[in-house]
Amino acid sequence: MNKKKLVQLENVSFQYPLETGFALRNVSFDIYEGEWLALVGHNGSGKSTLAKLLNGLQFPQEGTIKVNGMLLSEETVWETRKKIGMVFQNPDNQFVGTTVQDDVAFGLENNGIDREEMVERVKYSLEKVKMAQFLDQEPHHLSGGQKQRVAIAGVIALRPSIIILDEATSMLDPRGREEVLETVRELKENHHMTVISITHDLEEAVKADRIIVMNKGELYREGSPEDIFQMDEELVQLGLDIPFPVKMSKLLKEQGVSLSRHFLSEEELVEELWTSHYKK
Amino acid sequence: MMEKMIFGRYVPAHSLIHRMDPRSKLMIIFLFVCIVFIANNSLTYGLLAIYTLGMISLSKVPFRFIISGLKPVLWLVLFTLLLHLFLTKEGELLFQAGWFSIYEEGLRQGIFISLRFFLLILMTSILTLTTTPIEITDGLESLLHPLNKVKFPVHELALMMSISLRFIPTLMQETDKIMKAQTARGVDFSSGPIKDRVKAIIPLLIPLFVNSFKRAEELATAMEARGYRGGEGRTKYRQLSWGLKDTSMLIFLGILTALLVLFRT
Ligand SMILES: Nc1ncnc2c1ncn2[C@@H]1O[C@H](COP(=O)(O)OP(=O)(O)OP(=O)(O)O)[C@@H](O)[C@H]1O
Ligand SMILES: [Mg+2]
Repeated sequence: MNKKKLVQLENVSFQYPLETGFALRNVSFDIYEGEWLALVGHNGSGKSTLAKLLNGLQFPQEGTIKVNGMLLSEETVWETRKKIGMVFQNPDNQFVGTTVQDDVAFGLENNGIDREEMVERVKYSLEKVKMAQFLDQEPHHLSGGQKQRVAIAGVIALRPSIIILDEATSMLDPRGREEVLETVRELKENHHMTVISITHDLEEAVKADRIIVMNKGELYREGSPEDIFQMDEELVQLGLDIPFPVKMSKLLKEQGVSLSRHFLSEEELVEELWTSHYKK
Repeated sequence: MMEKMIFGRYVPAHSLIHRMDPRSKLMIIFLFVCIVFIANNSLTYGLLAIYTLGMISLSKVPFRFIISGLKPVLWLVLFTLLLHLFLTKEGELLFQAGWFSIYEEGLRQGIFISLRFFLLILMTSILTLTTTPIEITDGLESLLHPLNKVKFPVHELALMMSISLRFIPTLMQETDKIMKAQTARGVDFSSGPIKDRVKAIIPLLIPLFVNSFKRAEELATAMEARGYRGGEGRTKYRQLSWGLKDTSMLIFLGILTALLVLFRT
């Protein structure tokens, strides 16, 4: 892979004030332009902390973070925040405005964008997330998925190159989750955005370009979904689950069904099963 | 129900008053509160009443909304009236039955003062019925802007108000949820002696408080992540626009004031 490095982390360690242990220890990795990176790990493994560091909400005690080649520090943090947008877990606790359009405008107001430009960007961003007809809606009349899409609109209004989803779909019902993921997928395809998705949903991680597994504040493994889900039992020991098709492939193999590999998606597995059966 | 009390007040319509700038409405209310005290005879009170009725008809808010808003304060108006009837003992004696007597001045004062009260309430109702809470907040922020010079945190105050407005419905939904959860666990909120009922509130308030702190923290993080760094250098999306109608309305109020001063005795 010879893609442009957007973010570079080097030996990053971080400790919360008044805490004894490190929340992150010696983490190094790169994030490439245009990729969908899934960040997985058990509860408390440091995923959210990592996201906060990338956004300059906290600063590492050791190591460096570079965004677009620029060292992230107190001075560059506001620039960085324009490049990296974040969507958090709880749909309600990140909705600042009294109506949908006010909320999308919030980030623009903070950055001192002219009003005319704001109006345009608000409209454009809401169209992108298919929420344009809810301009004047109040948050308590929206579903969780709709609120998250408004949050995404608020992020893209600032035209960032990276969007971080910190378990942004975990409080949603399956329909809301699909809506939100579909929105992000479209943004990634059509606008060349880089997506960092922190998730417990392995079905989602399977579709990522790359997965990083965190364990107790350290980077445990980095690789393609195929590589990562070959880990099997190891994943379970790290407090993670295994996606159903992978589990199924494994069980089938144990039963003596010959499969060429572990399959990540149900469709692939079904395809392999019926074609191999047909060949016999 | 609570939501009705706070937000249900606004009645959407496309009247002149609805379209006025919240700043001019706030200024008019403020001035009205002052000039009400100029009136001191039937003519001047009559002028004020006509003005108020005029405003009501311009606002196109159905009368029943105005009346329903008045109900809770009606007894206060009545109380003022009675107080003056019984306690002011000046002027001609109008009526006497044993120890109970009504004097002319008492009747006059009673009617005037309660009318004054009544008009003030009507005018403020017009404001809340034709202006959304967030517009009022914007108006206040803009009017108080000069206070920034003396380090008064105008922007912060307005932000606080708008966040409260945004979270009131959310917290109400949450209260409802917790209440149901506690009811399912056998807590009784609606019957029994008052002491028990107050006690039942505690398991309601504690989760609500704990959650609110968590919300506040998460909201602060989210705001910071979206580039919030105080009022400085911030632009505004919501725009107030002062028009001819606002200027005219203020001039009209000025004329009314002149008339009041002219005709008072
Ligand atoms: N604000 C904080 N103050 C002190 N310690 C914290 C704070 N936030 C997180 N921690 C600690 O840092 C460690 C990493 O937490 P983090 O929230 O990054 O984990 P996570 O991987 O996001 O977990 P989850 O899957 O539960 O969201 C944990 O041990 C946690 O207790
Ligand atoms: Mg987390």
